[in-house]
Amino acid sequence: MSPLPYLRLTGITKTYGGFTALKSVSLDVRRGEFLCFLGPSGCGKTTLLRVIAGLDPQTEGRVELDGRDVSRLPPSARDYGIVFQSYALFPNLSVHGNVAYGLKLKRDAERARVEELLAMVGLPGSGAKFPGQLSGGQQQRVALARALAPAPGLLLLDEPLSALDARVRLHLRRQIRDLHQRLGITTIMVTHDQEEALTMADRIVVMNNGVIDQVGTPDDIYRRPASRFVADFVGAMNMLPGVVAETGRVRLGGLDLECEADAVPGAAVTVCLRPEDVQVRAPAWVNRLDAVIETMEFLGPFHRARLAVEPLGEQRLTADLSANLVRDLDLGAGRRLPVSLPRERLRVFEAAGA
Amino acid sequence: MTTAALPGGRPVRWGEAGMLAAGLVSLTLLLVVFVVLPLGAILVRSLYDRNDAFVGLANFAAFLQTPALTVSVWNSVAVSALTTTIVVPLAFAYAFAITRTAMPGKGLFKALAQIPILAPSLLPAIALVYLFGNKGVLRDLMMGHSIYGPIGIVIGEVFYTFPHAVMILTVALSTADARLYEAAEALGAGRLRRFLTITLPGARYGLISAVFVVFTLVITDFGVPKVIGGSFNVLATDVYKQVVGQQNFGMGAVVGMVLLVPAVLAFVADWIGQKRQMALLSARSVPYAPRRRPAGDGLALLFCALVAGLLLGILGMAGFASLATFWPYDLTPTLANYDFAQFDSAGWSSYWNSLRLSVWTAVVGTAVVFVGAWLIERSPAARPLAAVARMAAIVPLAVPGMVLGLAYIFFFNAPWNPLGWLYHGMAILVLSTVVHFYTVSHLTAVTALKQLDREFEAVSASLKVPVWTTFLRVTVPLCLPAILDIAIYFFVNAMTTVSAVVFLYAPATKPASVAVLNMDDAGEVAGAAAMAMMIVYTSAGVRALHAVLSWVLQRRTQAWRAR
Ligand SMILES: Nc1ncnc2c1ncn2[C@@H]1O[C@H](COP(=O)(O)OP(=O)(O)O)[C@@H](O)[C@H]1O
Ligand SMILES: [Mg+2]
Repeated sequence: MSPLPYLRLTGITKTYGGFTALKSVSLDVRRGEFLCFLGPSGCGKTTLLRVIAGLDPQTEGRVELDGRDVSRLPPSARDYGIVFQSYALFPNLSVHGNVAYGLKLKRDAERARVEELLAMVGLPGSGAKFPGQLSGGQQQRVALARALAPAPGLLLLDEPLSALDARVRLHLRRQIRDLHQRLGITTIMVTHDQEEALTMADRIVVMNNGVIDQVGTPDDIYRRPASRFVADFVGAMNMLPGVVAETGRVRLGGLDLECEADAVPGAAVTVCLRPEDVQVRAPAWVNRLDAVIETMEFLGPFHRARLAVEPLGEQRLTADLSANLVRDLDLGAGRRLPVSLPRERLRVFEAAGA
Repeated sequence: MTTAALPGGRPVRWGEAGMLAAGLVSLTLLLVVFVVLPLGAILVRSLYDRNDAFVGLANFAAFLQTPALTVSVWNSVAVSALTTTIVVPLAFAYAFAITRTAMPGKGLFKALAQIPILAPSLLPAIALVYLFGNKGVLRDLMMGHSIYGPIGIVIGEVFYTFPHAVMILTVALSTADARLYEAAEALGAGRLRRFLTITLPGARYGLISAVFVVFTLVITDFGVPKVIGGSFNVLATDVYKQVVGQQNFGMGAVVGMVLLVPAVLAFVADWIGQKRQMALLSARSVPYAPRRRPAGDGLALLFCALVAGLLLGILGMAGFASLATFWPYDLTPTLANYDFAQFDSAGWSSYWNSLRLSVWTAVVGTAVVFVGAWLIERSPAARPLAAVARMAAIVPLAVPGMVLGLAYIFFFNAPWNPLGWLYHGMAILVLSTVVHFYTVSHLTAVTALKQLDREFEAVSASLKVPVWTTFLRVTVPLCLPAILDIAIYFFVNAMTTVSAVVFLYAPATKPASVAVLNMDDAGEVAGAAAMAMMIVYTSAGVRALHAVLSWVLQRRTQAWRAR
């Protein structure tokens, strides 16, 4: 028997006037896991987080926290800490005052607890400062310490890193991950940054237009996207329009590809392949194409090449070529290059609107 | 589906939400009882004659057929239109100099433009009497015309409405996007062309708003025409005569309804204008920084000095006259005119009444406005309720003081009204003044509250801290500057207002501004000037105190304001 989920959402629907922001969303969150809500801006991530927090109650559906139905409880009767994108630190209170805000302890115990929390987020001894005197990254960590102070069972983070510059963001990613590992607190983080989700989460919930498209480990989401949307949204992807010729074969322009397509013959589909999965070294004979390198873009550890393939017409194929490969084969714009599209890496989705 | 019976048996904490909702309901009820119902009463009263018999629209018909009253309508419109035509261009030039030139002393001129706000509208009229009246020092400048009548009214109203127009236009002109000017200059547009194609259109909503506000202020003002109107009748003085003089409440109500028309129009125009004005400035605009232009700056300085000099001159005239032994024959300085008991049996008590009224208005008004604005804008209380309260908070802006005062007579003096005990006390004066100046204060509070992070209340709830703890520990300290502004606004306006209270005071609660009116009526102009100056000294003193307090506050909170 699988253990009871720490948080269970059942049929959550949220409407604003005539607009449906969430459509019957159901989700189980395991105790102690780090979950990311990932999706484009406006897809309902924040709305779902606020439903869990009780800040904007759902129109329909049920929220169970640690086996308790909290669907209709106000935020203060639920058990969670939250960090907002803006941090929402109280500017007139010192860092100590902010972190101690939710504590109900005696003076000395409070002081000790605040110092412990500040040390935990890497800001020991800054209790006397005011938020306005700290950098963005430091404010972020104070907000984290404040949310963790009452030792909540659930930590909610709404785009906690999006207001920071790239370097600080990388550092804080690791710090939040470490903190999660140390405390083992069930954590839900909202982000629109797929890299953030892929590197931080135990599981990712990909959302689109108020519904969940896929729930899975980063590896699942990346390698086995469950929908055309997920395939397109997460990572770089070749999206090639085609038609199912017969079971297991798809026709792309003047090209027939072998792939695992279970759609009926004649159906319009999109064939998806990651640029790094285009096979260049020792291309197989299955799905082999003759390509010409049109442009090459240097991206550090690899080059991103645009390949022209005659039977595909105007459609270009993107391939990531490792720096080694480029050196070994002396590749450059204008070179002819035989490539193959590995059958097991091709993913076929029915075309949008079909 | 969702059930009320919860596993674990933890009680549902609805206490907080319930109290917040109750707060919003009380606020809405307060605004309905003290704004909407009295306005209803005025409407109903206009349908009854002086013997309390229902006469339908007969009062309106009588109004239209009374030549004296229809003449007043035209007089009112003419005087208001003329004042508007003079004030708006003057104020525009003044505001332009403050915002768009590099002349020195801009802060000082901005402050000087506010001088008239410190005085009741009776004061400029009294000063004009001293300057151009039958014994006026500059009587010869009138070239045989009398200051008593339209000329005096227009000059007095220009003084009285100038700061309001300057304020509106300063705001409109300070929201300029420098990039528009740079683009125009790069395209070779000359200075005049830039003014006509960028500056004027950018300020158009401010201009429209200023026109409506000034027109409404003049047509509903009672102080200036009362003192210097002579036999030139206007609507505002007619209301007073009908109600206070002839006890003809039905006809008073009709005139009150007529006065409501321009005010409501102004209200709507202002509302539309403000929405558009916001849209003009995007978040990515670059603020305009005026460049030095010796000739233009010099001209601006000269103009502002002239205007500010005239404002100071009028105020100084009243101050000077209040200190003269026997104007204009014996100018030896004396404080005798400040011995009010010799002119008016109420003596100094009306000044103390005004002080009490102002303190109460500031305290009660600020508390209600700020808590109310917080409930509406920030509290996690029921949103539909907040939307209703938000609308109710705007309504007082559309009600001129005279109409409000009249409405209160009809409503609170009605035998069936259980709130009738409020009538004849200080409470009704405080309430009417709070309501009269509610909306501007409310909008100040809303602006301050909107600058706070949206999630303070959510953070507080997640940390299981009651929402009012956060209100007291975070919201109030952060909004203290705005709270002080609101308190001062209430105080100064309570000190100077005449229009509503003139209908509502009782002998024991007569405020200073009404004493000015009474003394002037009785021909004791020196006493009236002295009492008006007492109001000015007090308002100015409180403003100075406010400046000091703001400065101290600024310093004490520097640690966390540093960004
Ligand atoms: N208070 C609200 N009123 C109306 N619409 C809202 C409100 N809050 C969010 N929405 C809409 O719901 C959708 C989802 O918003 P949100 O959850 O904030 O998206 P995101 O995934 O970017 O966090 C958006 O289209 C947004 O416009
Ligand atoms: Mg969001």
